[in-house]
Amino acid sequence: MGIRSVAVHSEADFESLHVQYADADICIGPAPSSESYLHIPSIISAAEIADVEAIHPGYGFLSENAHFAEICRSCNIAFIGPSIEVIQLAGNKAEARRMMRKAGIPVVPGSDNTVSTSEEALDVAHQVGYPVMIKAALGGGGRGMRIAHNDVSLVSAFMTAQTEAEAAFGDTSIYVEKCLENARHIEFQVLGDRSGNMVHLGERECTIQRRYQKLIEESPSLVLSARQRKVMGEAAIEAARAVEYDSAGTIEFLLDRTGTFYFLELNSRIQVEHPVTEMVTGIDIVKEQIRLAAGERLGYTQRDVSINGWAIECRVFAEDPYNDFRPSPGRITQFNPPGGPGIRVDTHIYEGYTVPDYYDSMLAKVVAWGRGRSEAMARAERAMEETVLEGVSNTVQLNLRVLQHEKFQRGEIDTGFLKEFMSSE
Amino acid sequence: MDLSELRELIRIFERAAVTELEYETEGSKVRLRKELTSAGVPGVVVERGPGAPSDESGTPEEEVFPPDQPIIPAPMVGVFYQSPAPDARPFVQPGDFIEEGQTVCIIEAMKLMNEVRSPLSGKLVSVLVENGEPVEFGQPLFVLESG
Repeated sequence: MGIRSVAVHSEADFESLHVQYADADICIGPAPSSESYLHIPSIISAAEIADVEAIHPGYGFLSENAHFAEICRSCNIAFIGPSIEVIQLAGNKAEARRMMRKAGIPVVPGSDNTVSTSEEALDVAHQVGYPVMIKAALGGGGRGMRIAHNDVSLVSAFMTAQTEAEAAFGDTSIYVEKCLENARHIEFQVLGDRSGNMVHLGERECTIQRRYQKLIEESPSLVLSARQRKVMGEAAIEAARAVEYDSAGTIEFLLDRTGTFYFLELNSRIQVEHPVTEMVTGIDIVKEQIRLAAGERLGYTQRDVSINGWAIECRVFAEDPYNDFRPSPGRITQFNPPGGPGIRVDTHIYEGYTVPDYYDSMLAKVVAWGRGRSEAMARAERAMEETVLEGVSNTVQLNLRVLQHEKFQRGEIDTGFLKEFMSSE
Repeated sequence: MDLSELRELIRIFERAAVTELEYETEGSKVRLRKELTSAGVPGVVVERGPGAPSDESGTPEEEVFPPDQPIIPAPMVGVFYQSPAPDARPFVQPGDFIEEGQTVCIIEAMKLMNEVRSPLSGKLVSVLVENGEPVEFGQPLFVLESG
């Protein structure tokens, strides 16, 4: 796009690839995130001395922080993402549910809004039936959630959840949802401009999860019929319109065994798994984010979006899957990423790089595209087999074994799959 | 080549596995060399050729920055100011004795003027940055006398 970039980084990330690729880089603080990547004055200060026009917040850190977006706006720096109001709404999961219900989108059965006492939580649980999920309103992305199977565990889960929410988010708001066991996690990518033009880019199936963290994602989903895709896609657009969404966003749904879908969450940042959508639509979502943030119009309609082929993404983490996924920082002594037709690798690591122990353990995303699911799976398997990664424990072998599992091959997966798979290993 | 470009070059050179580097651009030439200094520790030797802004005589200049010489680094990213106000005297000047806790400069971040207090005591030898220059976290600002 011809836009110059400035990478901000902590002292621990001097060696990170993004720092080397950027046109300029600025060290903003010491290793701990609270003093660097989460420290708004340092980020803004760096933005001011580099005289930037916009900030892309990525995912995690400040990407869903409405306060940060507001400060950017007041400093005349474009925040690449949706409006402050949308970020705030998306960040309050209970509020988002309420708005969706009002807009006629089916939501996971549960409390109307938040519950302030364990008695209220119990009432909701009795209405919708156990098991239920106790969730922090300001949580999301798998954080601040607990499951309860009966009255006793619900009361204690409620108390603990409140304490955890206070500590993690500074807010004790809790809501209750029915736990849809063995459901499938299907999310839709939407793109919208400031004039109200909106499209969806199809769905992503993110059902292979561990402790609500995604491991393997694919697009499209094996389980959606053309009709279901159309209906859910339209619901995703409806949901986005209900909150006047602009920029790139994701509407997450749960699909139960009867094929009924329910709104789960709205995410206002770019998702980790966005590459699978990019591979099947040919649309560069980050580029669209930048264009839309610059005030450009979308320029195309739903008719112009087509899904071609199949994409599967495997996340590679510096964790030891056979030791309860214990994080494994350290120096990467050998790294040969896979390549060949249909393989894309997004990573910040290289041979000789030392994985710091301060941050998230994700090392790379390996995405395989094929003309159909079998070709995509075959390529993903080949990619995992070809990957050489030494020096840190990692999940490459785990990914391979999941890909080769007959249930995965047949697409008979649900959110309980990985847990079952690990316990049988 | 200006001071910030030179600093960037030194930074890259320090981390690279090369022991000698010569860089020539219109009007100036710089040679960087890694060798042991008189203190017996590796340092980066900078020789600047003719055309360098601070060199009028045309002879090469040598500045050595041994890594163990006490420095005061920037505790935050922002704009460096040497005085409390534009026309005021600088907080400190080379030759001054600095006490631990003494204000040595201001770093402006997000329109807030933050006083930087020295983490060490010692005699100020040199100031590495210019007034109004942007600095990043950890960037060396002042060099104190070793020992």
